[in-house]
Amino acid sequence: MAHRERLNQGEFLFWTGLGIASFIGFWYLSVFLGIVPRQFLPAPHEVLLRFIRLINEPFSGYTLLVHIASSFQRFLSGFLLAVVIGIPVGLLMALSKYANQIITPFFESIRFVAPIAWVPFAALWFGTGIGGPVLVIFMGAFPPVLINTYRGAIHVDKKYLEAARMLGAGKLRLMTEVLFPAAIPSIIAGLRISAGLGWQSLVGAELIVASSGVGYMMVKGQASIQTDIVMSGMIAIGLIGLLIDVLLRRAEKFAVHYKEI
Amino acid sequence: MADIVFDSVQRSFKQGGKEFLAVGGIDLTVKDREFVAIVGPSGCGKTTCLRMVAGLEMPSKGRVLVGGKEVQGPGPDRAVVFQQFALFPWKTVQENIEFGLKSMSMSTAEKRDKTARLVSLMGLEGYEQAYPHQLSGGMQQRVAIARAYVLEPEVLLMDEPFGALDAQTRVVMQEELVRLARKNPKTVLFITHAVEEAVYLADRVVVMSRRPGLIRDVIEIKPVREKEGWDSHSRIEDVMDLSSFVQLRSQIWRLLREQNLGIDH
Repeated sequence: MAHRERLNQGEFLFWTGLGIASFIGFWYLSVFLGIVPRQFLPAPHEVLLRFIRLINEPFSGYTLLVHIASSFQRFLSGFLLAVVIGIPVGLLMALSKYANQIITPFFESIRFVAPIAWVPFAALWFGTGIGGPVLVIFMGAFPPVLINTYRGAIHVDKKYLEAARMLGAGKLRLMTEVLFPAAIPSIIAGLRISAGLGWQSLVGAELIVASSGVGYMMVKGQASIQTDIVMSGMIAIGLIGLLIDVLLRRAEKFAVHYKEI
Repeated sequence: MADIVFDSVQRSFKQGGKEFLAVGGIDLTVKDREFVAIVGPSGCGKTTCLRMVAGLEMPSKGRVLVGGKEVQGPGPDRAVVFQQFALFPWKTVQENIEFGLKSMSMSTAEKRDKTARLVSLMGLEGYEQAYPHQLSGGMQQRVAIARAYVLEPEVLLMDEPFGALDAQTRVVMQEELVRLARKNPKTVLFITHAVEEAVYLADRVVVMSRRPGLIRDVIEIKPVREKEGWDSHSRIEDVMDLSSFVQLRSQIWRLLREQNLGIDH
């Protein structure tokens, strides 16, 4: 909403603080009024204390930081796999109408299958260690990378392709030196969506197939009705997701150093 | 030998289910190292003619030959300078000029030498690491010309290369191109709708008629230019004041005006 004036720093802090305070106040109110049994809804300070304790005390075999590290490692594997496959395939589809026609029907039919629906096969094919969850993350992260690469590359101004062909560039150079740089803004936007979906899919995957990780920790917490642990896991997921998005937004600023003319 | 031959070339397009003829049957030979300009009203198919020599479009009927060989597709033996420059905005000046050399088998030192020579020839020293958006329109077009010239193509195709420049810059670029073309002649096909530009630059001017594009007339400039010593004047305005120049310009203007009247009635 570009027509809106931005808040100044004081206003920003005030309204953000008000939002958070209202949320926590409402939470405390729900706890004290007993709308939900106490056992199922811990108070905010209980969750916070648990969160801090989990950093040092192992739960389900590991401390919170180890669970996070294990989740993040899986996320990174699945996400990078999606990037490494999605970008070249997207560029190839933009370059060749034949490649596009081969890949599109297959791609269109799998991209509406929720990543979590791959869990049974992920477990059967790759086990519950690292392989299974990685497949699920990949299924979540792959479509946005591919779609954004393809769309960014297909909309490249024809004059650049013609100039490159006149200068003797072959298909490989058209892909790497024209389509790819032209598509970078779209690709980075895709990576942000992709990372978000991948990270969400990961936690879903760990709820079912894993022996460590934040999602795994939450399932174990639920099984023993330790809702403060489940909520600690939710906070960890939110914070890491936010961190990933901030990092990619930084990357966005550095990746595009030129302007169209 | 790098002559360009249009042999009964026709080009039709489909638009809204209807087929229409953009280029109606062209026979023309641009001799080796000759500079030919094509002028004509908008939509007369002059750009299409150039694109067929480039190999970016194919004739619907007839053939286009360059150096005796039928054009099959784009290639670095024919360099194109586009109206919109088409510099790669994500590459520096240096990288843009080097782009075509990269596909060629020659040593890195040789590539660097060639690039440096064109950078200095086009007055781009100090801007090697700049990106196109940091340059003025005139500078951008110099980079585009350097990018074409560095490949030492036998055929140079220029599609209204100065059309996007302001008047003063255009004049400077025209003078530079004349110097470049006389010193290091290539087979040039130059598209423009500026009559003065065509007369000033070309050895021959081809006047095309409105759709379907046909050759209306071909005007010889070179014999007049040599006889009247145009090239002894370094400034374009001095040449444009000569009565021999004015005469040729008016002759072409009249031919073009007949085209426009033809469509009005």
